[in-house]
Amino acid sequence: MEVLKIATAGSVDDGKSTLIGRILYDTKSLTTDKLEAIEKRSKANGFDYLDFSLATDGLVAEREQGITIDVAHIYFSTAKKSYIIADTPGHVEYTRNMVTGASTSQASIILVDARNGVIEQTYRHFFINNLLRVKDVIVAVNKMDLVDYSEEKFNAIKAEFERLKEKADYKGQNITFIPISALKGDNVVGGSENTPWYNGQSILQHLEDLKAQDVFEAGQARFPVQTVIRPKKDEFHDFRGYAGKLYGGDIAVGDEVTVLPSLTKSKIKEIYFFDKKFDKAGRGSSLNITLEDNVNVSRGDMIVKAGEEPSSEKQLRAKVCWMNGQNLVPKTKYLLQHGVNRVQAMIQSVDNVLATDFSGAEATDSLSLNQIGEVEIKLAKPVFFDKYTENKQNGAFILIDPQSNTTAGVGIIE
Amino acid sequence: MSEFLNINPLEAEAIHIFREVVSQFEKPVLLFSGGKDSITLVRLAQKAFWPAKIPFPLLHVDTGHNFPETIEFRDRLVEELGADLIVRYVQDDIDKGLVKEESGKYASRNSLQTTTLLNALEEFKFDAAIGGARRDEEKARAKERIFSVRDDFGQWDEKNQRPELFDMLNGKIDLGQNVRVFPISNWTELDVWSYIEDEGIEIPSIYFAHKRKTFLRDGMIWSAEDDIVYREEDEVVEERLVRFRTVGDMSCTAAVLSDAVSIEKVVSEIKESTISERGARIDDKRSEAAMEVRKQQGYF
Repeated sequence: MEVLKIATAGSVDDGKSTLIGRILYDTKSLTTDKLEAIEKRSKANGFDYLDFSLATDGLVAEREQGITIDVAHIYFSTAKKSYIIADTPGHVEYTRNMVTGASTSQASIILVDARNGVIEQTYRHFFINNLLRVKDVIVAVNKMDLVDYSEEKFNAIKAEFERLKEKADYKGQNITFIPISALKGDNVVGGSENTPWYNGQSILQHLEDLKAQDVFEAGQARFPVQTVIRPKKDEFHDFRGYAGKLYGGDIAVGDEVTVLPSLTKSKIKEIYFFDKKFDKAGRGSSLNITLEDNVNVSRGDMIVKAGEEPSSEKQLRAKVCWMNGQNLVPKTKYLLQHGVNRVQAMIQSVDNVLATDFSGAEATDSLSLNQIGEVEIKLAKPVFFDKYTENKQNGAFILIDPQSNTTAGVGIIE
Repeated sequence: MSEFLNINPLEAEAIHIFREVVSQFEKPVLLFSGGKDSITLVRLAQKAFWPAKIPFPLLHVDTGHNFPETIEFRDRLVEELGADLIVRYVQDDIDKGLVKEESGKYASRNSLQTTTLLNALEEFKFDAAIGGARRDEEKARAKERIFSVRDDFGQWDEKNQRPELFDMLNGKIDLGQNVRVFPISNWTELDVWSYIEDEGIEIPSIYFAHKRKTFLRDGMIWSAEDDIVYREEDEVVEERLVRFRTVGDMSCTAAVLSDAVSIEKVVSEIKESTISERGARIDDKRSEAAMEVRKQQGYF
């Protein structure tokens, strides 16, 4: 079964919860007992229609205050594929949640209220999706029923968004505009008789046609070693398997490889998935491989094809989204986790903070919670990275606060 | 040429998580209930570490009210795997006076498990407890992380969770803290059943349709095979053809009418079902926030 991960972001009033509720309802993904619970609660809250946000808001505080605080995960499936929606709040104070949701998504839905057009929040959603290079963005122009399904309104919003697109770094993004009414169901799952001027697909039709491939783009093969498997059984006496998840590209038995950081050369001897041997394995698979030569490999090392070695640096320049209450300032130390590898890191400088409305960068020397900016980081040992634009997984890292152990920020390498 | 290109992304993700657990923690344990989700976890753990054995023990918190079929199944599976099994009994904690048995019509030992679980984690100094909870099960669980940090009291701080980005998992903790790990977070009930079907995984017989002495209460079918579930005199026992969709404590798990005797039939029944899996969990019916409250107290 194909799995497609989608991110949505939005605020209380833009109809995002209604949209998700509508998708769940129209794909018959809401079970009777869940629907009854929503009916009961909607009534208790004094609504005269079904409040679908109740299907997604999970915590007591969220239901009481009618807000989404955290990333919620919603699941539904069609005959064609399984969907996972990472639903995040849209306000500026939840930028970190939006970044989190977008980091694992291949597609994203940006909601625009047809009455209000492109607003500050739309800029921010698009900025984050563009920064994290989410491949497929759906701009859902919602509440079309409240503007009499006006084609002009829709086109005006589209034109405004196209202008925004000009300012974005990542031009390869696939952006689709769909006029919808989440409340009435127009162009959400099926089509609509109210928009005869629109010949495109509904949201679900569009999602159904997307290839639910790995969210990480194709590139060179990267195999970060998570653990070394030594069975200590008679049958597998000398077995040394390197277990990890393969990113970027495929690998095959016989491939010449380089082990990093030692730069040792060897060849792939066997590729195992569970107890079966394969000649070739695709990216996205969790494998166990052996090498021809008895080389020293341990956790955090990376196996790549010879001639395709990534950069190796003790100095990184990255765009960091800060996720911690305590500001990011120069001369502080963090633990940098790059894939499954961890190294000590020192913040050398914080250079600027990026405006999420595409108006540019402003010089600064610290980043506060939810800010995104460019940072120079010095490492105790080199890491083997790609630019984020070339390999998402090998071009991203997190910063762990050594005192609280929390994930304090995320960086994408330039 | 044999090619491994048709990848199940959920399986790949779960295996990746298992390997992070053994690398990031000193003493992990797998919480095994004998239910389909924990049986799936065992299969994924086998896949993650083959040809080595599963590198951590299984822990079963036995409420004393488990279905006997589940216990028989558990013992057989452990024997086959050559795995280490630790069993801790809720009854022992009741005898010691650490927890008090609930009384009345809806008495259940389900929430009492938390104390026994936390004591077992403490006794063996486990720093990571792997569980089969899924985000699609329940709305508080939808907010759960893959690595969910708990304080020394086992409490879940839902408003202060670590963000999880890309494939990167941060299991760094202080002494005394522990982490609950959920490798099948992103699986749905149907994903689990389809996997069991595809892999030919054996599961306890109570998941298939069978004749059982039952009685009706609040529109749900309760087991009356023995006297564990309290029954009022006017609650009539009748034999019905039923199966269980979820297997918890006998006192909090209701049966559903079913004639699904094979895994194929179970899968198609799940596809057609209009009731959610936890709709048959009496423990969740106590209040809308039942799960959130239990999780804050240290339930998995």
